[in-house]
Amino acid sequence: MRFSYYPGCSMAATGRAYGESMNAIIGRLGIDLKELDDWNCCGATSYMSVRELLSYAISARNLCIAAKQGMDLVAPCSACFTILRKTDHYLHDNADLRRKVNEALGAAGLSYEPGSVKVRHLLEVAVMGDNLERLRAEVKSPLTGLRVAPYYGCQTLRPRVDFDDPEDPHTLDDVIKALGADVVNYPTKSKCCGGSLMATNEKAALRLCRDILLAAHHTGAHCIATVCPLCQMNLDGFQGKVNAAYGTDFHFPILYFTQLMGLAMGVEGTSLGLGREIVAAAPVIARHGTGPKAPFAGKEV
Amino acid sequence: MNHPLDIVLESSTKRDFIDELKGVPGGERIRDCIQCGVCSGSCPVSYAMDLPPRQIIASIRAGLRDRVLGCNSLWLCTSCYTCSLRCPQQIGITDIIYGLKRVAMAEGKVAGATRAVAMATSFAGQIEKRGRNHETSLLMSYYMKTNPFAMLGMASLGVKLLSRGRMPLTGEKIRGIDQIRAIVAKTREIGGL
Repeated sequence: MRFSYYPGCSMAATGRAYGESMNAIIGRLGIDLKELDDWNCCGATSYMSVRELLSYAISARNLCIAAKQGMDLVAPCSACFTILRKTDHYLHDNADLRRKVNEALGAAGLSYEPGSVKVRHLLEVAVMGDNLERLRAEVKSPLTGLRVAPYYGCQTLRPRVDFDDPEDPHTLDDVIKALGADVVNYPTKSKCCGGSLMATNEKAALRLCRDILLAAHHTGAHCIATVCPLCQMNLDGFQGKVNAAYGTDFHFPILYFTQLMGLAMGVEGTSLGLGREIVAAAPVIARHGTGPKAPFAGKEV
Repeated sequence: MNHPLDIVLESSTKRDFIDELKGVPGGERIRDCIQCGVCSGSCPVSYAMDLPPRQIIASIRAGLRDRVLGCNSLWLCTSCYTCSLRCPQQIGITDIIYGLKRVAMAEGKVAGATRAVAMATSFAGQIEKRGRNHETSLLMSYYMKTNPFAMLGMASLGVKLLSRGRMPLTGEKIRGIDQIRAIVAKTREIGGL
């Protein structure tokens, strides 16, 4: 399977471990990703608040490039995924918006025909076709005994996706089960982490993260698996602040699902970006005897 | 916050407020709302809103323009789309809230939302300058616009991110930045919010 790949701005920064682990495992699943040439920021939630037409036009520039590359477009970040997908849908549904966006794109010598690019989340790609079978075949050291809380987040599943049930998602559960780990079920697995609200209204966002961590805690999970760099950042980087605000003592490693895939495939920890998380994953992984123990750089913080 | 004893004179309402939002994708269905409240019940931050989503829709229809544009809900919405997903009338509530934010910002009705506005404008500045968002610069710009001293509270997390290679000091600039600038200029010419 070949796809165009849209990294998004977090992949070189806060979400670096996501990109590293994805690159380490993706070839083993027979998936070939070609980075979108000279892609620009999708605009995320912030740009949409400033100017609507501009935000759709900027996002559509990426779709123009993807159309030229002629393959489906894969985004590992849920915010990028939602914006790119939404842009394609809304341009399809709304003739006036389509005309104006194409007028704006015309100033850059571009135009976009809605429907010419299918935008997919990396999670969707992981379960497409017989990819789960391929994944099972690649598992060298199953994550037996590791209890994982799958965290889907919000924009992975909404406003309208067709690869999973937005009210009762299972694709991430399927991936984790394929790795031999135990999946726990909890009510906040697709509730919002707060996203960029963490910067603009920390108190409200910390409460959202607390609700997720607390529900996962009650299941006896050892770690949480994420599919989005912003979810990872909020749950990992702000876990200490949640503890300070609510008097809790959470120390959940927040791992990308690609890191867990790599561990089960027997990939070395450093190639998976392990050690870049704030709440160290090494103790949990070592306790369960999965993966190599030596390379973890992370310390208990 | 409810307004049980609040009497609004009909002459002070803007009955055509609803028409300002009909161009927003999903906004054309505001009149179909049955006030079931699934949106407010599903919203993860409605507990902190002075006008939860159901009341926003009711207030738009009642023409309470100033109340809607001045409510804190617009700046608490995290764009999680749960309301839009569950609305039995397929009203694009999240996109309507985006539309309301744009009207509020264009009219400067953002007294209680300086931080959210600073985040949005810092983000826009990043894209127009380099075509990509350099997270480190974004946060610097954001804190300079809001409270530079708040950066101290983030210093500990910043150091941890830096030491783990998650906070690069330089950002990337795309080759096609001229295309971005041409698109920005053209959308200004076309106008609209």
